[in-house]
Amino acid sequence: MELTSEEKATLNGEHGDTLQTAYRILVATGEATNAEKLIPITWAHLSGVNYNTIGDAGEEFLRELSKDARVKVKATVNPMGIDFDHISEFNHIDDEFIKKQASIRDSYIRMGVEPTFSCTPYDIFELPEKNTQVSFAESNAAIFANSLGGLKTNKESAFSALASAITGKSPYSDLRKDRITTPMTIRMKMDNPNELDFGMLGFFAGKVGDTSVNISGVSQPNRRSCKALCGGMGTSGTCAKFQFVDSEDENSEKVDFGKEEMNEVFDELNTAEKGDIITLGSPQLGLEELSDLSKMLKGKSFEKRCMIFCSRVIQKQARTLDYINEIERAGGEILSDCCTCLTPLIDTNETDAVTTNSIKGAYYLKNSTGVDVNLKPLSKIIEDETK
Amino acid sequence: MNKIIVQGKARGTVLKTTSPINFLGAVDKKTGMIRDKKYDIFEKSIKDTVFVFPHGIGSSVGAYTIYSLKSYESAPVAMICQKADLTVASGCALANIPMIVVSNEEFDSIQNGNEITVDTKSEKIFN
Repeated sequence: MELTSEEKATLNGEHGDTLQTAYRILVATGEATNAEKLIPITWAHLSGVNYNTIGDAGEEFLRELSKDARVKVKATVNPMGIDFDHISEFNHIDDEFIKKQASIRDSYIRMGVEPTFSCTPYDIFELPEKNTQVSFAESNAAIFANSLGGLKTNKESAFSALASAITGKSPYSDLRKDRITTPMTIRMKMDNPNELDFGMLGFFAGKVGDTSVNISGVSQPNRRSCKALCGGMGTSGTCAKFQFVDSEDENSEKVDFGKEEMNEVFDELNTAEKGDIITLGSPQLGLEELSDLSKMLKGKSFEKRCMIFCSRVIQKQARTLDYINEIERAGGEILSDCCTCLTPLIDTNETDAVTTNSIKGAYYLKNSTGVDVNLKPLSKIIEDETK
Repeated sequence: MNKIIVQGKARGTVLKTTSPINFLGAVDKKTGMIRDKKYDIFEKSIKDTVFVFPHGIGSSVGAYTIYSLKSYESAPVAMICQKADLTVASGCALANIPMIVVSNEEFDSIQNGNEITVDTKSEKIFN
């Protein structure tokens, strides 16, 4: 990779340790993505905010870094592990977790990020104009930005996005140049897919696809399904982009996603026939989804605990629009700044299995939280779990 | 050696898997133990090994797992992949773990359990 003389000097430590570290990361990721140079980016979305995932080493790293690192461009952050406004209702969370999580939150704020604590920045902000270069680390957000938002980003890592936030730069990879030749085509063979089916399609596509995939046989999914697709895809592989196609490129390798493939994904992630609690939101719910949910819950009540995750900003808007009243009346618990994935709010001493419609949530519930998962689309959850 | 992602020289015993690794979830960030039953190296530790795997997958936060492993002195001494991904590349860059990308033939030829040296300066892997 070619660096300017200024960039070289920074890599050699002439502007301090923090920027040197950032450039070391950019050079490694540049080599990894075949980039020939660094280019400016205008927005970085950072992951690595939940104490559960980054641990003591991460907490210390950010505390040290935040002493002098400041973000150079607009920077937003992923969810934390907990909702500080509701933490007193969760007695099983120890003080150590709360203290370390607060430290991580404060380190990011000290560096100048916007405290969004959301995995759905595309639901919170108006997206910049098409082809704008950004650096999104959250995998579902990177895929959404590239595939549906018209933006350009790598499927960044926590550190590459952090390095981009601090330097305002990112490697000019093939993905950023739109130079991915004939991606594999996934043929969607399932009729009338719901959001769970789209999540499974994404999970499958992420496994078999490379950097980018085409998807045929799909017409205009709603936002809930689009988010589920992005979430599923980001979980299983390295795929950073998809495009819905009407006609199939004859040079493109084709793979069917039918009943058999779907059952395989379902059997990998669905390990229980019912859940002790329900979680909705990974990705966190947007306004449209909260509006739908409030309508679906009219005159009904949950028969078990249901945690509903949305960002703080969206929660405020939904309260103003009166969507939240109906959901809370039905017994739904609205939680912000955190998400199904890797939240310690799910007490594993009391919970053996969780019902959810999220494929991304299911993967981390199973592999990280260590509970069984019962997968159902939202309509079925409302049908089975409310009265 | 197709590509050098992070420079350095290290010697260790090869731990090899043909499954892509999701560092967040599959690897214990303090001990380096593989804790996902799906892997053929389940319950083996990547600590002090030359860790050989196709590429990283999944969560972008996996980079923190690599950094954490280094902090707890449980990291591999080097990593060898078939394909470079940003999570592993950036994690190794921050943790100063030599990381290289090799051709499919070279990847296939690396034997599990062998003692090898990775040296990015001479661009060689030798026994």
